[in-house]
Amino acid sequence: MSLIDLANPSRFLALTERLLPWLAAATAILMGIGLQQAFFTAPDDYQQGAVVKIMFIHVPNAWLSMFVWGVMCIAALGTLVWRHPLADVAAKAAAPIGAAFTFIALVTGSLWGRPMWGTYWEWDARLTSVLILFLMYLGIMALWRAVDDPSRAARAAAILTLVGAINLPIIKFSVDWWNTLHQPASVLRIGGPTIHPSLLMPLLIMALAFSLLFLTLHLAAMRNEILRRRVRTLRLMQASAAQA
Amino acid sequence: MSALSALIRRDILVSLRVGGGALIGVLFFLSVVVLMPFGVGPDIALLKRIGPAILWLGALLASLLTIDRLFAADHEDGSLDLIVMSRTPLELTCMAKAAAHWIASGIPLIVAAPILGLMLNLDGAATAGVMLTLLAGTPALTFTGMIGAALAVTLRRGGLLLPVLVLPLSIPTLIFGVIAANAAAAGESLLGAPFSILCALSLFGLVAGPIAAAASLRQGLD
Repeated sequence: MSLIDLANPSRFLALTERLLPWLAAATAILMGIGLQQAFFTAPDDYQQGAVVKIMFIHVPNAWLSMFVWGVMCIAALGTLVWRHPLADVAAKAAAPIGAAFTFIALVTGSLWGRPMWGTYWEWDARLTSVLILFLMYLGIMALWRAVDDPSRAARAAAILTLVGAINLPIIKFSVDWWNTLHQPASVLRIGGPTIHPSLLMPLLIMALAFSLLFLTLHLAAMRNEILRRRVRTLRLMQASAAQA
Repeated sequence: MSALSALIRRDILVSLRVGGGALIGVLFFLSVVVLMPFGVGPDIALLKRIGPAILWLGALLASLLTIDRLFAADHEDGSLDLIVMSRTPLELTCMAKAAAHWIASGIPLIVAAPILGLMLNLDGAATAGVMLTLLAGTPALTFTGMIGAALAVTLRRGGLLLPVLVLPLSIPTLIFGVIAANAAAAGESLLGAPFSILCALSLFGLVAGPIAAAASLRQGLD
């Protein structure tokens, strides 16, 4: 069975029905390992103490908030360029999940900032651009719900997603381009990570766990969206049959 | 007269006539600037300090509110379908419509800025700074707003969705416009890095805006 066979919604539903329990179990196990590593094995920071452990929640969510927009961009290209049948389902399902990751990143970052920087919020480049990303997620979700026909909404949302992709490099490089309160890149940078391996390993495990969480939630949301569209079609057919 | 110049001339004339709405933007600009001292307090020194920012915010909101006129009127009477089906490339047509909108709605805002600056106790350098940064930045606002306007054409009842979509895209223009205007008010040279980035944003919007708007119109009108 090739990748193109997955474009058939029924085949997709059948495959994900078999796959999702395993994905959910793998997510739970990896999250358990990661949390155990983060809160019991990883050492306290010499300066920040135990507060540094907020990083194990904050950083994976921040990475994923940008990654999910990237997934939506690929889905947008699938809708506009390749006309893949499930591309707009993928895009619509990913938006609320990405918004949730961004929100968690903003809130955990704010809670981390209070003891470390003395303030819950600061209008520096990184925080402002992530807040703009959150507003864009909400705008995309509003656009999806503003048009009745899902396939027309799909094309409008696809264009807005691609236009909003300009924000991703701005977020990533904001700490390099401007003098910000948020700390500069410590993991994905030229010259390798500057975090000690005892903190880096739990961070990467948590990042992997959250990525699996996104995959599980995304596939489940795609299933829901396909079923939702089937219900809508059935309702439309019922309404037109009642008219006749 | 070529098709594009005819379109620009038509759009400017329609918006300048009664019911066109070009000067409504200026009225809204005036309302926002008048409301600010009520909220912030009549402290003259404070108003002078945040004056460039108030003028920029007023111009941003005024251009945001008038941007839906770009395609809505044509969509309602069917001329948008004719425009999309014509032989002229749709990207150039969108660029022409946005240019006409800027001439009719953006330039009045720039002209009104010094008069409103008097109410905020701005001096000559600050007023000149605000006018020049508005001149460089309002095209960026128009072109990025055009993307939202083209998306909103597909909606039957856009309402407040259009500003919500356009606002995140306008924030960089606002940031650099206010930085450049404040630099001019403080007496530094206007032609520094923030002003250059502001011009770059307008030039980028000149290219990216019509392409995205044309794609939205093609997808949304069928």
